[in-house]
Amino acid sequence: MNDTVTAPDGPGAAKVPPLVVRFAGDSGDGIQLAGYEFAKSTAEAKSDFMTFPDYPAEIRAPVGTLFGVSAFQVQFGADEVLTPGDKADVLVAFNPAALTTNLQNLKIGGVLIVDESNFDARGLKKAKLETNPLEDGTLEGFQLITVDVIKRTLEALDHLDLGRKQATRAKNLWVLGLVYWMFGRPLDTTHDWLNAKFKGTPDAAKANITALKAGHAYGETMEISAFPNLTAPRIAKSRKDKSRIISGAQAMALGLAAVAALGKRDIVYCSYPITPASTLLHALARLNGGVRTFQAEDEIAAVTAALGASFAGSLGVTASSGPGMSLKTEAIGLGVAVELPLLVIDVQRGGPSTGMPTKPEQSDLTMAIHGRHGEAHLPVLAPATPDDCFWIMLDAARIAIETMSPVIVLTDAYLANAASDWEVPDVDALPGINWPEYQPDGEEFQPFSRDSATLARPWVAPGTPGLAHRIGGIEKASGSGHISYDPANHEEMTRLRAEKINRVADRLPAIQLEAGAQDGDILIIGWGSTHGSIAQAVKELNAEGKRVSHVHLRNLWPLPRGLDALIRCFPKAVTAELNSGQLSSILRSEYLAPVASISQVNGKPFYVSDLKVEITRHLEAPLP
Amino acid sequence: MNEMALKPNDFGTDQEVRWCPGCGDYAILKAMKTVLAEIGRSPDDIVFVAGIGCAARFPYYLSTYGFHTIHGRAAAVGTGVKLANPDLDVWVVGGDGDFMSIGGNHTLHALRRNLDINLLLFNNAIYGLTKGQYSPTSPIGTRSPSSPGGSVEPPVNPVRFALGAGAKFVARGADTLQTHLPEVLSRAHANKGASFVEIIQNCIVYADGAFGAINDRSESQEATLRLQHGKPMIFGKENDKGLVFNKDKCRFEVVIIADLADKDEITIHDERRLDRAMGLAHLEQPDFPVPLGVIYAVDAPEFIEARGFSGTKSQWGREQLKALL
Repeated sequence: MNDTVTAPDGPGAAKVPPLVVRFAGDSGDGIQLAGYEFAKSTAEAKSDFMTFPDYPAEIRAPVGTLFGVSAFQVQFGADEVLTPGDKADVLVAFNPAALTTNLQNLKIGGVLIVDESNFDARGLKKAKLETNPLEDGTLEGFQLITVDVIKRTLEALDHLDLGRKQATRAKNLWVLGLVYWMFGRPLDTTHDWLNAKFKGTPDAAKANITALKAGHAYGETMEISAFPNLTAPRIAKSRKDKSRIISGAQAMALGLAAVAALGKRDIVYCSYPITPASTLLHALARLNGGVRTFQAEDEIAAVTAALGASFAGSLGVTASSGPGMSLKTEAIGLGVAVELPLLVIDVQRGGPSTGMPTKPEQSDLTMAIHGRHGEAHLPVLAPATPDDCFWIMLDAARIAIETMSPVIVLTDAYLANAASDWEVPDVDALPGINWPEYQPDGEEFQPFSRDSATLARPWVAPGTPGLAHRIGGIEKASGSGHISYDPANHEEMTRLRAEKINRVADRLPAIQLEAGAQDGDILIIGWGSTHGSIAQAVKELNAEGKRVSHVHLRNLWPLPRGLDALIRCFPKAVTAELNSGQLSSILRSEYLAPVASISQVNGKPFYVSDLKVEITRHLEAPLP
Repeated sequence: MNEMALKPNDFGTDQEVRWCPGCGDYAILKAMKTVLAEIGRSPDDIVFVAGIGCAARFPYYLSTYGFHTIHGRAAAVGTGVKLANPDLDVWVVGGDGDFMSIGGNHTLHALRRNLDINLLLFNNAIYGLTKGQYSPTSPIGTRSPSSPGGSVEPPVNPVRFALGAGAKFVARGADTLQTHLPEVLSRAHANKGASFVEIIQNCIVYADGAFGAINDRSESQEATLRLQHGKPMIFGKENDKGLVFNKDKCRFEVVIIADLADKDEITIHDERRLDRAMGLAHLEQPDFPVPLGVIYAVDAPEFIEARGFSGTKSQWGREQLKALL
């Protein structure tokens, strides 16, 4: 490899490997804030990156405890960065509990920055440690830097006449200052942000900025600079003026705002607070137009109000997570029966029941596809990246309106919170969303007549002159929509409803390989938030000379046209998903194809390294 | 409106009505058509939303827009309709199962939220469509397939529930009272906010006579008190009885008017007083006449208005989206 650093895109560009940095501390330590600011500075440094907050369900768990640890991880590099990374190159641990729970996430030989202020008998006891890891040899093999951060922060803020408690609160900024020094980053972005954030409270602004600068100066004074690979430039691109850091949840909120803007009609978002879906409600409630938000009294009211809004000619949207999805099920069935558009977003989390509310899982797939009484098919989609969370809202809205059907969008706790740099789309280039207008044909209005191509029924909202009609959950006569218990009619309607959904696949893009060739040795089938991990694993395996192909399903129901044939091109096909093999079961039952499964249900996204091991194992296994 | 004025029968549909002959729902439907004709809005701007049960078939028999939904959730669906298009008149219809049992939560929140919809509870004190089980409004001792030895649960009083939920308009009517009921429904429609109307309704098959004399046309005058704002609380076939609020005991008492030294002792109904409304809500047969009419009505901020939603078109377009992105 060439030793000289040349332009990143130039021929013979030096391969500077990506870096993974992890911050861990008490959930009250301001870890997420420090991490997010670091990500912003990474964007300024023009690296590609992806972040992931890993936080507990408890809001303010008792200080110093193992279950109160909150973490934030970011991976950045000159090449395309697809995941927040497996193990970290640099770990910043704010207390003994954070060190204990996160040390397993640090590479052997990695840089470990520890705030030693809490490593007294009390702090160790809270972390259930018998001996002090700073002294007992636990940390041998890591590049350890210990600082008494609280002491240093208090010293730095001594002249500001703050209470000890208030001054201590700035310790995350002190650490961030030190980290900025180590990574050769300027302080400007965070400095300006602090000034803006604490505009009304200049004392707080001053305290935080002073701490930030003090941490930076400490690094300089102590010459903590023996890690040149931290400061090596990792320039991925020329960052566009119109770029911003975006999480999946924020992208979905903007996507819904776009649906309203492109359809020139207010949409109605109804939801009941539930982790991790609430962030979407918060983001939408802040908009001042386009989306009418309604915090309902419960999950059932949220979905039924959304359906009522769709009946009235708007697009009703609701979001929840597993337990709330179960409650909404009956109303989604009504949506299928009365054939109204409805958007249901499921931010999946570890289940069943309360399970692990802040941890990702892809275990609602079977429920989304099949989990309703009666035969109640509907389209199911899943975005793959934070960016895709924006686009999938537009697609899901179009499908719901065009098909006159509820649509479920499956995201998860990882995708909702993971963030990356996002190039803001050109609004003028976005196609409009057409709200259908029924054209009376002179005959008597038939609310359950159908479009011959899509099989969608006409959507005529109350307020439309001369077309008043009644709909309901009782089986309807095909055409007129009148109550009908006729056996032949029910058979016909059941088949029409299913065929209507089946035809959605005809209007969606044909299936395409993400990576690899059609004559590869193995096909990895993924869906949803695992995209980054799978893509990275496949890329690395292929760079090592393996012949691995990757297909990622965005439309999970109906299954994409051509998937059956594609699977049969390969001697081996394996799904990789964060459940016990739900997609694998569905593909086996739909296609009678021997699709194997790589599965993980530990509440974490896939590690790329684990996936590589698993894929290799399947590659080497005998043919099915 | 430029159209010819609509008559009550113009609000009917071609659907064969499927209630049992003699069901109180027929009478309510008739009163409703009368009121809709009086209000004079086009059927195209009116929406009836119903849950599940006998009462919930109501929308099929009116020529307005209608949505027959799922058990208990009609108030929430109606809320969504109004959120999407505040210009519509929204009526929510359900039975005692819908409103007081499976959908009790939605009733509570629709009322406290005070969104401009009309909630009509057809109370027949029984589950009719599922063949006669006791309901949350059935009196103790109701013998039914699910309570063969007689029910032991104290019933819920819908008016007390509504007042407790913070409703700003609470009224009661009865199916058979074809002059009185339309007046109550008109007032409910005129109120800007969530209007709650309990309609005493006789189920001729499973709970015939459950309300005794209240909705017996010939006996009703003795068993009910027709409230009128600003008027004394007088009842009885001969208008010979009245209610007096005993301030010491903090409750209403029945008096014979002829026995009073001063007729002005009869309490005057003030529908703006919550304390009096609470007192009236407690009056039940056989010791007291059951109050009918508008029990409580005050002006209060309406939800849609407070949120600033109007119309269906969006003020939101590409320019706003650009600014947001």
